[in-house]
Amino acid sequence: MSEVIEVVLRIVLVLGAFLVLPLLVGQTEHKAMAHMQSRLGPMYAGGFHGWAQLVADGVKFAQKESVVPTAADSTVFRIAPAVALIPYLVVIVAIPVAPGWVGHDLDAGLFFVLAVMGVGVLGSLMAGWASANKFSLLGGLRTAAQLLAYELPFLLAAASVAMAAGTLSLSGIVVAWEPWWLLWQLPGALVFFVAGLAELQRPPFDMPVADSEIIFGAYTEYTGLRFALFLLAEYAGIVVLCALTTVLFLGGWKGPFDLGWDGFGVVWTMAKTFVLAFVVIWLRVSYPRMREDQLQRLAWLVLVPAALAQLALTGVIAVAVS
Amino acid sequence: MGVWGSGLVKGLSVTLRTMGRRSVTAQYPDVLPELPPRSRGVIALLEENCTVCMLCARECPDWCIYIDSHKETIPAPEGGRERQRNVLDRFDIDFSLCMYCGICIEVCPFDALFWTPEFEYSELDIRDLTHDKARLGQWMQTVPPPPAHDEHGARPKELDAAHKSVDKSDAMAADKAVEEKAVGKATDG
Repeated sequence: MSEVIEVVLRIVLVLGAFLVLPLLVGQTEHKAMAHMQSRLGPMYAGGFHGWAQLVADGVKFAQKESVVPTAADSTVFRIAPAVALIPYLVVIVAIPVAPGWVGHDLDAGLFFVLAVMGVGVLGSLMAGWASANKFSLLGGLRTAAQLLAYELPFLLAAASVAMAAGTLSLSGIVVAWEPWWLLWQLPGALVFFVAGLAELQRPPFDMPVADSEIIFGAYTEYTGLRFALFLLAEYAGIVVLCALTTVLFLGGWKGPFDLGWDGFGVVWTMAKTFVLAFVVIWLRVSYPRMREDQLQRLAWLVLVPAALAQLALTGVIAVAVS
Repeated sequence: MGVWGSGLVKGLSVTLRTMGRRSVTAQYPDVLPELPPRSRGVIALLEENCTVCMLCARECPDWCIYIDSHKETIPAPEGGRERQRNVLDRFDIDFSLCMYCGICIEVCPFDALFWTPEFEYSELDIRDLTHDKARLGQWMQTVPPPPAHDEHGARPKELDAAHKSVDKSDAMAADKAVEEKAVGKATDG
């Protein structure tokens, strides 16, 4: 009986985190971006500084008509938002936030997480192809090009940490992590974070949804709740990327000082995740969008060599230490 | 150009510093703006000062001021003669035509027209933008006091003139007093 309760509790907590954290990041983006541009951002919804803006947005999206274009491949068109969103929910299940605090601890957690995150991008490809719209198709193709370019450094950087820790389990990596890894794995961390941003199609890597060129890329034909699901997937993606970077490179639940109880590790994980999420927002506000050729150049000429160099460095030092 | 990547860091620092500063957004309908006293919002009319000289209506580039008047005869005071006075019947400003140049206010020789910073008088019907003299008179309550004189500026000419005339009348009064004293002494003696 207690096992059932535990499973239910884990599911509820993971689902809650999945529904609340992206909204929290979205609201932070609204306000932080506004103040970085000397604006105030939402001020009305919910009364106090527009805290309920995203709830109001959700209600608005739910009221809108969901249009499926006549020429669209309607089945693929309909399931694309789910394909984009659900992988992030599945990934959150495998991310540990404190010792023993994880939806389900997998032995090959890192492998699982990276594989499932790759599926998320498939949603954009499906949407781009199924919309029967030239802008959607262009967006989808750009997504594909970006996926091809950035998946490689993303995986190589993650592999470097796995090599250093000698395990593929996410909890195992955090347990093996030591503060001096911050320096040792620094290039890997940067490559991982940047490549992750590119996979999420966040500015400055938002070429696939460049609204000044191709309207909204793969999401051009989407309306109402399906469109909202794509947006939610983007913010869920930010949470997942930041949490993964925290777990792999920043020591997860380990903090500069001990908080006493193991469960308080959640505080450290969340704090690091939100600092990273803030950096994601900060980068969006500060930098202009990169051109397609600049994107490819950055991936193949900077990130891939850097990730390979990090891998070599990890190998050498790992052997030397053991 | 400098060190590689310095531009990227600079971009980040600009946005972060802006976030620390107060934002410039005015929350207008909730918080009314603090306008300077000489803001050109709407034109107010002080009817008592108007002599129907028509200067404002003639100088208005848009011809948006409409004035009607009639003459009234003031009964003669004892030993005097009858005088005539202009009485204002209509003074309308059509704010749908007005371009807020302020020439009417500049040109008014008797200070009957004033700027006020009030600006919330939009209407659903364009004809309601023609304010009659009663409505223009109500705007008088919103005319702010004129800004204080700049202490480093030149003394206003009006003040000089006033001081001069006061000095003159003082001197005349003193002369008169001396004269009266002399006359009094003469009668006493």
